[in-house]
Amino acid sequence: MAFYFVQFLTGLASAASLFLVASGLSIIFGVTRIVNFAHGAFYMLGAYVAFTLTERFSGAIGFWGGIVAAAAIVALVGVLVEMVLLRRIYHAPELFQLLATFGLTLMVEDLVVLIWGPSDLLGRRAPGFKGAVDFFGQNIPSYDLFLIGLGPLVLGLLWLLFQRTRWGVLVRAATQDRDMVAALGVNQKWLFTSVFAVGVFLAALGGALQIPRDAVHHAMDLRIIVDVFVVVVIGGLGSIIGAFVAAVLVSELNAFGILIFPKISIILVFLVMAAVLIVRPWGLFGRQEAAARRTPGLTINPWRPLTSNERLAAVAALALAAALPLIGGNYALTVGSEIAIFVIFAASLHFLMSVGGLASFGHAAYFGLGAYGVAFLAKLAGLPMILSLLLGPLLGLAGAAVFGFFAVQLSGVYFAMLTLAFAQIVWSIAFQWVAVTGGDNGILGVWPESWAASPAHFYWLSIAVAALAVAVLRIIVFSPFGFALRATRDSPLRGEAIGIDGKRIQWTAFVIAGTVAGVAGALFAYLKGSIFPDSLGISLSVDALVMVLLGGVETVSGAILGAIVYKALSIWLVSQTDLSKLVLGGIIVLIVVAFPKGIVGMLETIRQRRPPTPPKSALLTSGIETAE
Amino acid sequence: MQRSKRLLAATLAIVFSGLAQAAQAQSEIKIGEINSYSLLPAFTEPYRKGWQLAVEEINAAGGVNGKKLVVVSKDDGGKPADAQTAANELVSSENVAMLTGTFLSNIGLAVSDFANQKKVFFLAAEPLTDAITWAKGNRYTFRLRPSNYMQAAMLVEAAAKLPAKRWATIAPNYEYGQSAVAVFKKLMSEKRPDIQWVEEQWPPQGKIDAGPVVQAVASANPEAILNVTFGADLVKLVREGNTRGLFKDRSVVSFLTGEPEYLDPLKDETPEGWIVTGYPWYSIKTPEHDAFLKAYQAKYNDYPRLGSIVGYETIKSAAAILAKANSTDPEKLIAAAEGLSVPSPFGEIVFRKIDHQSTLGAFVGRTALKDGKGVMVDSVYRKGSDYLPSDAEVAKMRPKE
Repeated sequence: MAFYFVQFLTGLASAASLFLVASGLSIIFGVTRIVNFAHGAFYMLGAYVAFTLTERFSGAIGFWGGIVAAAAIVALVGVLVEMVLLRRIYHAPELFQLLATFGLTLMVEDLVVLIWGPSDLLGRRAPGFKGAVDFFGQNIPSYDLFLIGLGPLVLGLLWLLFQRTRWGVLVRAATQDRDMVAALGVNQKWLFTSVFAVGVFLAALGGALQIPRDAVHHAMDLRIIVDVFVVVVIGGLGSIIGAFVAAVLVSELNAFGILIFPKISIILVFLVMAAVLIVRPWGLFGRQEAAARRTPGLTINPWRPLTSNERLAAVAALALAAALPLIGGNYALTVGSEIAIFVIFAASLHFLMSVGGLASFGHAAYFGLGAYGVAFLAKLAGLPMILSLLLGPLLGLAGAAVFGFFAVQLSGVYFAMLTLAFAQIVWSIAFQWVAVTGGDNGILGVWPESWAASPAHFYWLSIAVAALAVAVLRIIVFSPFGFALRATRDSPLRGEAIGIDGKRIQWTAFVIAGTVAGVAGALFAYLKGSIFPDSLGISLSVDALVMVLLGGVETVSGAILGAIVYKALSIWLVSQTDLSKLVLGGIIVLIVVAFPKGIVGMLETIRQRRPPTPPKSALLTSGIETAE
Repeated sequence: MQRSKRLLAATLAIVFSGLAQAAQAQSEIKIGEINSYSLLPAFTEPYRKGWQLAVEEINAAGGVNGKKLVVVSKDDGGKPADAQTAANELVSSENVAMLTGTFLSNIGLAVSDFANQKKVFFLAAEPLTDAITWAKGNRYTFRLRPSNYMQAAMLVEAAAKLPAKRWATIAPNYEYGQSAVAVFKKLMSEKRPDIQWVEEQWPPQGKIDAGPVVQAVASANPEAILNVTFGADLVKLVREGNTRGLFKDRSVVSFLTGEPEYLDPLKDETPEGWIVTGYPWYSIKTPEHDAFLKAYQAKYNDYPRLGSIVGYETIKSAAAILAKANSTDPEKLIAAAEGLSVPSPFGEIVFRKIDHQSTLGAFVGRTALKDGKGVMVDSVYRKGSDYLPSDAEVAKMRPKE
């Protein structure tokens, strides 16, 4: 019995650490609607700065002072980030801030290695909390008890802050209706900055408090960021109490789950999130979001099919791309094939995001399913390449059909997080089911047959499929189905009133996007000759999001240019420098500031501002045209 | 004026360096190297220093058959797909004679499959998975570091002597952890049919929630524990274990923990008396190692980690293979490498013909605290050749060519 009680307390201590970070994220999201991907980076910075301070100033005052000072210093960094970077892009399309904070995260990961060195660092133990308390023969670390106390204390302080101060009233008002608060004359700029500062302070404090029990290292951010998002969503966005309850729930389920299923940790949080969201679409303590007042950005710039001139230009650009084997070597062709494959992948997500208004955080699942489908067919069933390529994506289709059904019942960030949960569940199956998928050692030897084996042939195959996929998606956009989908995106109520079955339309769109992603994955398996679970992983889903956002969400086919730019840039940078993350992150941040509508969105705006100017050169416009 | 002059100078410099490069290409030999530099800097930084030292020494001694040795190094970001892109670039654009490197097992396997498909010689440096030389082995792939099986066999030899009968295991939940536990259990149960496996914990790699894991293992009350976690997970596990008294009066056997990469971050919290594999650079007294240690410390003013040894020996072996083959034809390289014997800081090693595994060994010893730092004591070098299964078993595991 004593054991179960101690295990319960241990779970509570883990929950407290999780809650500190999650509460900050929840506050930031609730008010500013920023999906702050950099929250993990601030957590990590908190730990690093606290490490430096506590090493320099010893003693109880030095230690605790160092922890608080570290959180304050990182909060200042957060304020700087908010004022210099995020303020510029509050009016950009939803999720664009995700791109900016993603760029920041990449930069911070390399910067901490540059500043603090590559080795794992061991921080001091907390003075006064070094040992353990004996409880009927079981040891409870006293630091755990401290954390267990701290969690509710922070929760109480936040509650007081929000309920008993004018600032708190404003923040709660902004959480419910930002526009109304602005209309009432509240200075939103400073409200947002202060909220961001509080959120970052909590993240950094959470990181700093880990140094007596963890190692400080450069991958801490990734370790926590996804779990924290999950906790916030389970609790309900913007709800501090929800975050607390969710943190306790997840941590306790983990603490007791591993007693029965020792391998459960890898997937537990996602299972919990999927279950909670299916039953309660807005999390445990969340409320249905008030319908956002949409900026009329989309109506100003109505979509239209390509004119015949533009079509010619697109064909010319394709012909130009097809001529690459005349000048490029094998490496250029292989990179070209990879880029073409990612064009397909990004275009499929873009279709879901821009036309369907559904931002998926787990789109890699269908890419990976397509790839695994090919691997199964080619390796286990021994089917020829053409058949495998045709049938492999069906696995992506099947996955999208099942998961899409549940996902489209939700909207906004909840939709995104449910897709993430499904993707992680698929990932963990591929990871754990060693007998079938080979686990993380993957499936090897899925090479193309001789007719497609040469890099030039494979390249032609890839760009042909890419062109076909993009053309089909465009046809769908301008088909009656595409209009129905856009109607559902722009006004679900009005759409329903004229007889559009929104959920079914969205589900169909989800399946289409999943299948096209599966096609990309199928080609990818043959390009690489092997398939690993990371083709289903979070980082690939994030890559796809970045490509779409980079290209511009509010365009018809901006993802094409986004994919080309992002993929080419990252392949080139990884090849050129070990600091590729720093440079790539920096470039992304610059692009975000310079092109808040994405690259293609910006080009369109420029073109519309001066319509009469004739195109300067055929080559330049063809690039833009095809990208639209 | 100033600017245009500078521009001219720069242009000329580029042109000349281009010409010089063309001339050099005749007299140099290139090796392509891939590793997870940005994902795992703690391990790959010392590794890079190791191979850079080897390149310097080889070229100072006249290069490979009179040609200057050049290593073109690429980062894979920890992703198998990106490693393949890098391998492709090295082979297609840089025209390297062979590929070397890689750390993570799945990346090693991806590159080895690439090598097999494109018929390129590949010397895997660090991946530990047994599959790379056995179940998924191929004729183009060789591996330097002692495999999972070999390290398990070395540890089992010491662990079987312990009186403990009730064992628990803690391992990261991925292929490396799973196969380490599987091999250890198999070999251990062969030697000691009387032992029981009473508990197993599989925290996700890099995301251990150490408190509950420690508590769960303690509740099973084992007499001994096998640990396979490393890096930041190990730090968390050790800290929680120390505070909660998990390791008190229990024997612990632990993979890799004696490597400075993993032992040094534990500082004064290093648990004492664990049986570990590792690299006690401070207590190896052989002329080969002394020479390496001196050269390394003189060049970097730092002590070597195990990664330094692996990087150093990878390039030394690669150079030896290239020198013996006197060609860059992959078939000739394979013929040269099979059965080749190369000196190393740990003594002579051989690349076995039967499975392309090198016989590089590891040190087995016990952890101890000295001046607030973790060290390995009573360490003995175990030759890799003594801890491999019989040739008949190996032949059964390796796919037929």
